[in-house]
Amino acid sequence: MSDSVKSEAGSGFLKNIDLRVMAPFLALALLLVLGTFSNPNFLTVNNLMNVATRSAFIAIIAVGATFVISAGGLDLSVGAMVAFVASLMIMFINAAAIANPYLLLVAAMILAILIGMACGLLNGVITTVGRIEPFIVTLGTMGIYRGLTTWLSQGGAITVRDFEVQQIYRPAYFGTVLGVPVPVIAIIATALIGAFVLYRTRYGRHVIAVGSNEEVARYSGISVRNVRIITYLIQGLCVAVAVLFYVPRLGSTSATTGMLWELQAITAVVVGGTALRGGVGRIWGTICGAFILEIVGNIMLLSNFISEYLIAAIQGAIIIIAMLVQRSLLRRQ
Amino acid sequence: MKNLVMGATLLAATSLAGVTQAQALTVGVSIPAADHGWTAGIVYHAERVAEKLMEEYDDLNVIVKTSPDPASQANAVQDLAVQGIDALVILPTDPDPLVNAIMQVKMEGTFVTLVDRAPSNNDNSVRDLYVAGNNPALGAVAGEYIAETTPDAKVVVIRGLPIPIDQQRQDGFDAALEGTNVDVMEKQFGNWNRDDAFRVTQDFLTKYPQIDVIWAQDDDMVVGVLQAIQQAGRDDIQYVIGGAGSKDMIKKVMDGDPMIPVDVLYPPAMIGTAMELTVAGMMDQVPVAGSYILDATLVTPENAENYYFPDSPY
Repeated sequence: MSDSVKSEAGSGFLKNIDLRVMAPFLALALLLVLGTFSNPNFLTVNNLMNVATRSAFIAIIAVGATFVISAGGLDLSVGAMVAFVASLMIMFINAAAIANPYLLLVAAMILAILIGMACGLLNGVITTVGRIEPFIVTLGTMGIYRGLTTWLSQGGAITVRDFEVQQIYRPAYFGTVLGVPVPVIAIIATALIGAFVLYRTRYGRHVIAVGSNEEVARYSGISVRNVRIITYLIQGLCVAVAVLFYVPRLGSTSATTGMLWELQAITAVVVGGTALRGGVGRIWGTICGAFILEIVGNIMLLSNFISEYLIAAIQGAIIIIAMLVQRSLLRRQ
Repeated sequence: MKNLVMGATLLAATSLAGVTQAQALTVGVSIPAADHGWTAGIVYHAERVAEKLMEEYDDLNVIVKTSPDPASQANAVQDLAVQGIDALVILPTDPDPLVNAIMQVKMEGTFVTLVDRAPSNNDNSVRDLYVAGNNPALGAVAGEYIAETTPDAKVVVIRGLPIPIDQQRQDGFDAALEGTNVDVMEKQFGNWNRDDAFRVTQDFLTKYPQIDVIWAQDDDMVVGVLQAIQQAGRDDIQYVIGGAGSKDMIKKVMDGDPMIPVDVLYPPAMIGTAMELTVAGMMDQVPVAGSYILDATLVTPENAENYYFPDSPY
């Protein structure tokens, strides 16, 4: 009733805006206002670029998670996968099988992408062919990828040894193009491709169909299994892309690399408006969710009135409040 | 009659002891599996010292076992006891759940050396020898160095995780700076993690236009701190102090890196100290029972070489 009244009364402009899609962006705007009050340095280009750059890993991984979750799956192994892929990539660089450092880096990047996709494929195949709950499968592979990383590093750190290679690779995280940090460009590119695939291709529509109702999708002739496997493959690809920007930052991995990133990625996806039960996927909302997570931490640190012991509690509260604001906006709509 | 029986038992016991003395002595070493840098160092040094000791003493056998969690470590301790050991050197993953397993071994007459992590009842009913680093001193040494080198420094602190060890280090640091002109502007948790330390440092640099010194408490976190400083292109930070003694940071001290002038030891090599003392007690009949607390030594370019292990994973 209220819906129809509103759409009749609303102008053409308002009619085109879906509040559900806008909600995470409103929450982000609210946080920006809050941040401005907390510290005069918050609203500087430098700080906001720092935050956007830092969110790149979670944002890129979360684009993949949007596919997995929209199709009704779940991937808990992404954090461990980051550590695993990054470790293998650094070990390949250290082995220095190719003398030319540029070629070596290109080969290492291609290798990382392939390993990431293989890891994702493994998750997908075990989940679908083995018919096991994705929660359990990816919990298992999380342990496997994490354990293998710890074994490869013997519990210590794996570091890029060649200083020259590290200097060549460094701009991939720290460099800028026309004043925009490279990782931010990577976020936008990943999201554009992700949005295109999810909204504009037949495969994207199949993902949503499988997520909203598996049985109906099956009877409509969609290969549920293949659609699901490919979502995990996309997730692995996104993890590998994130690794490409992670390695140049510190040039090393350790047993704690990527710890709990899976939860951050899932939170970003859900805060962004994707339904955890599947059937709804919002790429740009996910990117916004990743920004929100990083900005909450940034505001906490920049503000002067919060004890360091309370940060986790306040972060949790802000995320819940952001979700409540979203819901109340929906109801009004 | 009673006396006689007791005398006989005593005699039997002595002769038995004599028999074992003639045979090889066995030392069991139970340590956590390498799940982060510091424990990886523990495993490395335990294996290194075990080899050395066995070379030194012909009739000595050292068995090193690693366990990922308290439950499997309790099993490992039992397995060692069944194999027959004369001494147990143990660095518990978590001391309190392991107290019973350790006491059981000790009641059989095995010499027990406890390393680093103490249970709440850390007395001679649980262990004969206790070897540990000095957490309050780790903070105090860093604090004293800052107060001495840069008396008016503006300092930010990156802590570990909110657990007792971290609090002890922080308390030692605060106590050392009491009454000095050093201004500790803020403390935040970096979770002993490089990426978190990077993030926290970036935000500190945004928040404060002038920072003289960063105390990061742990060498792993210093890696992230240095990257964040380099990225920001800031030259107001005079130096960073870490802690523990990873090979990368010790190397920087050795090379005279101006950003890392010193490091504070909380060395994983302490497992070796414990093993050496235990064996000395058994082999050379010197008294070793008691507590042996290592200093949190300040590593400077002059002494850094003594603490540099290029082959260690940490």
